[in-house]
Amino acid sequence: MTRPVLDVRDLTKVYGAGEATVHALRGVSLTVARGDYVAIMGSSGSGKSTLMNILGALDAPTAGTYLLDGVDVSRLADRQLALARNRLIGFIFQAFNLIPRTSAVANVELPLAYAGVKPRQRRERAMAALEIVGLADRARHEPNQLSGGQQQRVAVARALVTDPALVLADEPTGNLDTRSTADVLEVFDQLSAAGRTIVLITHEPEVGDRTKRLVRLVDGRIVTDVRQSPLDRVPVGARTGRHSTT
Amino acid sequence: MSLLEVVRFALRGLSANKLRSALTMLGILIGVAAVILLVAVGNGSAQAISERIEALGTNTITVMSAGRGGSSGTALTTGIADALTDPELAPDVASVSPVVSAAATLTYEGTDHEVSQFVGTTPGWFAASNTPVGTGAGFTADDEAQGRRVVVIGQTVAEELFPGTDPLDQQVTVGGALFTVVGVLSPKSSTGFQDGNDTAVAPLSAVRQVLTGYGALNSILVEARSPDRVDAVQSQVATILNQRLDVQPGAASTPYRIQNASQLLATQTETADTFTTLLGAVAAISLLVGGIGITNIMLVTVTERTREIGIRKALGAPRRVILTQFLIEATVLSVLGGALGVAAALIGSSFEIVGVRPVIVPSSIGLALGVSIAIGLFFGGLPAGRAARLRPIDALRYE
Repeated sequence: MTRPVLDVRDLTKVYGAGEATVHALRGVSLTVARGDYVAIMGSSGSGKSTLMNILGALDAPTAGTYLLDGVDVSRLADRQLALARNRLIGFIFQAFNLIPRTSAVANVELPLAYAGVKPRQRRERAMAALEIVGLADRARHEPNQLSGGQQQRVAVARALVTDPALVLADEPTGNLDTRSTADVLEVFDQLSAAGRTIVLITHEPEVGDRTKRLVRLVDGRIVTDVRQSPLDRVPVGARTGRHSTT
Repeated sequence: MSLLEVVRFALRGLSANKLRSALTMLGILIGVAAVILLVAVGNGSAQAISERIEALGTNTITVMSAGRGGSSGTALTTGIADALTDPELAPDVASVSPVVSAAATLTYEGTDHEVSQFVGTTPGWFAASNTPVGTGAGFTADDEAQGRRVVVIGQTVAEELFPGTDPLDQQVTVGGALFTVVGVLSPKSSTGFQDGNDTAVAPLSAVRQVLTGYGALNSILVEARSPDRVDAVQSQVATILNQRLDVQPGAASTPYRIQNASQLLATQTETADTFTTLLGAVAAISLLVGGIGITNIMLVTVTERTREIGIRKALGAPRRVILTQFLIEATVLSVLGGALGVAAALIGSSFEIVGVRPVIVPSSIGLALGVSIAIGLFFGGLPAGRAARLRPIDALRYE
């Protein structure tokens, strides 16, 4: 058994102090193996976004350990953290977070630029990533010329382009209509089928149902952890064929 | 990530917001150009003033009576003027010109013209007072001795009385007597409100006879042999005057006043310096205001992009790269804006501004440019550094 991509133990996060103290996470332990496709569900305020931000190394936990691909992220200095975010994690935001007034392909190239990849190679890999999400023909468009679904697919391409150990998605379909949601989930299914490790959070049951594993978070604790399909198979949603590839 | 790459990122960041970049540069441009031009105008007018004073002649002193009344004991007389040409007591005196002057009306064929200074003097006055004759000739010592009624008129008088005709050898009526015009003075730059060309000069004897009578002289113009002998001449003249006018040694006040042209120059230069300081203060304030403008735009620009900084950090940009990018953006804006401001000031200084030809002070360019760039870098770099230090999640949530 190879080492897990993600291994968190007794993660807690406390906001504020004194009377206004909020316990967003009250000891979360979670292990995610390579190739898994995990959905974390929970109601608003259950701590799922806090957990996601800590997993993405965007925020630091109050206590607990976090091993990402065997590296203890909670002990890294700023410089190494930047490196970890760049090499190990591909993060997809609910609000897309593309750089405005910058073309799709330049947005996708950005993580590679920070990784120090040469311009020519960068362009090739960015175009390949856009190809995967089906937007190669929109490479020159700027974010405001793309629909919400297309912007999110550009964001997915940007998360993929560095070939990260872990793809994290924070309510990737939260801002999208049904049609765009289907497009984006289609991409996730393909990625999972290609062996990528994906952790996403959502509050939409139909998104959670398509994953291989469903974790429910209530009040900062994991209450259920259900495997929906085996690790080495294609995800359940993709098998039903509800959304055919166009 | 190489520096070249970061520079490219910064340029892309600037070109992504062309209007904002242009407005930022415009703000810096105006700040820099205003400071340089203001100082240049101050400097230019100061130089103009000292040039005009130097045109009056710096190697002369003027002796005037201090008393208001014409009491014979203290009045300046031709006798005193003659006494000043004493090779023994006053070896540094080159020439002495007694001067009387009065307002007079010149009439020529029914045209009247009033001059405030109808000067009566000796021929040496033209050279001593730096007032050369342009056309025709000045009067001679013989004219003066004979009391001939000849007159040399200024440019303004010539234009007023003789429009389109040659004034030479024409006769004008002054105080009921006829004077023959023998010359016209060269045009002279005006000092202050007085028109230096609105004057007429005639022999002392003639003017006394016709206009002023044989009372006291208005002043005595004493010319030194060279500009650096002016102070020596002043003390020699003072000695002779003290003797003639019976001034006790160590008396608090003298019945005469000696005006030294180089002293006048020093006073005027001081005034001009004050003027430059005043304009410098105005410039400093505009630099401050311009600086606040730059600060404002830089703060807004970077704060507005805190979210972008968050995205970049989330994608794995190290703090140093982000800081470098924003510093380069701020540098490009400040330096370009500052350089354009200097260019605008240089172009602007080639035009006359409210009658003053601006003269650029090189140090003002350095100061304006330095302060603007420093402010641009500091207030562009500071918030960028702060944003780059934030946790990505805090930067992303920043509104």
